Amino acid sequence: MSGSPEIYSLLLALLFAVAAGLVGSFTLMKRMLLAGDVISHIALPGLALAFLFHFNPLLGGGATLLLGTVLIWQLQRKTGFETETIIGVVFATSVAVGAVLTPKEDLVEAFFGKFQDLTLLAFIAGTACVLAIIAFVFLFKDRLILSLFSPELASATGVKIDRLNLYFLLAFSMTVLVGLRFLGGLLVGSLIILPATTGRRLGNNISQFLLFSSAASVAAVGAGFVIGKYIFHVSMSGPVIVITSAVIFALSLLMPRR
Amino acid sequence: MEREKILSVRDLSVAFGKRSIIHGLSFDLYAGDDLAVLGPNGSGKTVLLKALLGLVPFEGEILWALNIRLGYVPQTVAADRQMPLNIHDLLVAKANFLKLPASDVAAVIQTAGLNADLLSSSIGVISGGQFQKALIAFALLGNPSVLLFDEPTASLDELAEEHVYELVAQLREKGLTVILVSHDISLVHRSASQVLCLSKDHSCMGPPQEVLTSKMLEQLYGAEPKYYLHRHDHGIVQPSSSSGAK
Repeated sequence: MSGSPEIYSLLLALLFAVAAGLVGSFTLMKRMLLAGDVISHIALPGLALAFLFHFNPLLGGGATLLLGTVLIWQLQRKTGFETETIIGVVFATSVAVGAVLTPKEDLVEAFFGKFQDLTLLAFIAGTACVLAIIAFVFLFKDRLILSLFSPELASATGVKIDRLNLYFLLAFSMTVLVGLRFLGGLLVGSLIILPATTGRRLGNNISQFLLFSSAASVAAVGAGFVIGKYIFHVSMSGPVIVITSAVIFALSLLMPRR
Repeated sequence: MEREKILSVRDLSVAFGKRSIIHGLSFDLYAGDDLAVLGPNGSGKTVLLKALLGLVPFEGEILWALNIRLGYVPQTVAADRQMPLNIHDLLVAKANFLKLPASDVAAVIQTAGLNADLLSSSIGVISGGQFQKALIAFALLGNPSVLLFDEPTASLDELAEEHVYELVAQLREKGLTVILVSHDISLVHRSASQVLCLSKDHSCMGPPQEVLTSKMLEQLYGAEPKYYLHRHDHGIVQPSSSSGAK
């Protein structure tokens, strides 16, 4: 079917946007937006290795993401390091290693993403990941709310905080992984940060917050796709989506605070 | 008739790193007891509650009777007050997690005296007294049989403090066992049936009339604290030193 691979790509990007809005909302409330952004950069060395040795970039990015997620979880759990400490170490190292290893011709795609045609298999795999992320947010929403309010009270209520944090980091990493192809390793974290900030601005309770974050995220990806493809005629999708998302946030500032 | 033992603590020790907070503490609690935990700052009162709740690692033995359900009202909650979370959402989240019916949420709202305005208010805009009421409602969800209170009025004004203690008294009347950490010796005297004294090198337990003696308080605080004892037989409030406590 002519044009289907492009539709698969757009559909998956929009689904990813929903997941990014939901995960971003909780990331913002957990005050780990920047730490989350760092996680996304951990994919860069994996992407670089994939480009270098010609295997699927998502496999490379996914492998280093998983490794990095477990590393960060363990660092937080065992050392009690401040988030900034981890940011300082991981961010610079990952970007530097990614930049050195990535072949020059693939650097832009690895860092800034691309709207690529998708095979049906890749679309199904991506959709399964996104649905798993969305299901996680809704199934664990109450636990996440309790742990955000007070980890101690949540624990006394029976919530396994360590396990919840690990699940959340894995959901975050999976969101990043799905978004890598559209936004690139350098910008994928932005679509988790910007729509959530817009949602926080517009929503005055958790449900509204989640709704507005996801809507802002979907609007940014949809509009970014149209603007990038039909107005600027560029295949590099990440910067257009992120700029669109920033514009939506700026517009939200014009609205009265709820 | 022998009363049912609901809690047995044996040789409890809690340390953070090399710093020992509680060392070799043993005591029992029986159904119907209202325990007040008293002691100077740093004596381990809050840590004891956390150990009883399983929130901190400990050595020794803490045995709760079967079917005991615990509710916990912490001294403070360092929640991000900017979070778009209202009291109702918070109660519903706990009820959902514990798979409780909506009627349970309505019941604790009524017991804690939370009105509709307060329920829809963000946690960032409510007063300390209202926040404390919300925490009590939160603790009551799940129908606890023992409620652990950690200085529930530490940051409240007198009026809000009075409201909270009225609520605690009502809960006691409903048959809830209360374990209360407090600095307020007068309150402990009039509300607790058992007092557990904690200090760095000394602990004791017994009814307030036996434990809150001049000598014991001096050992506990290093100096004899003064407090007001409300004597019901005379219907007056008179200043007293601990030596006057009976």
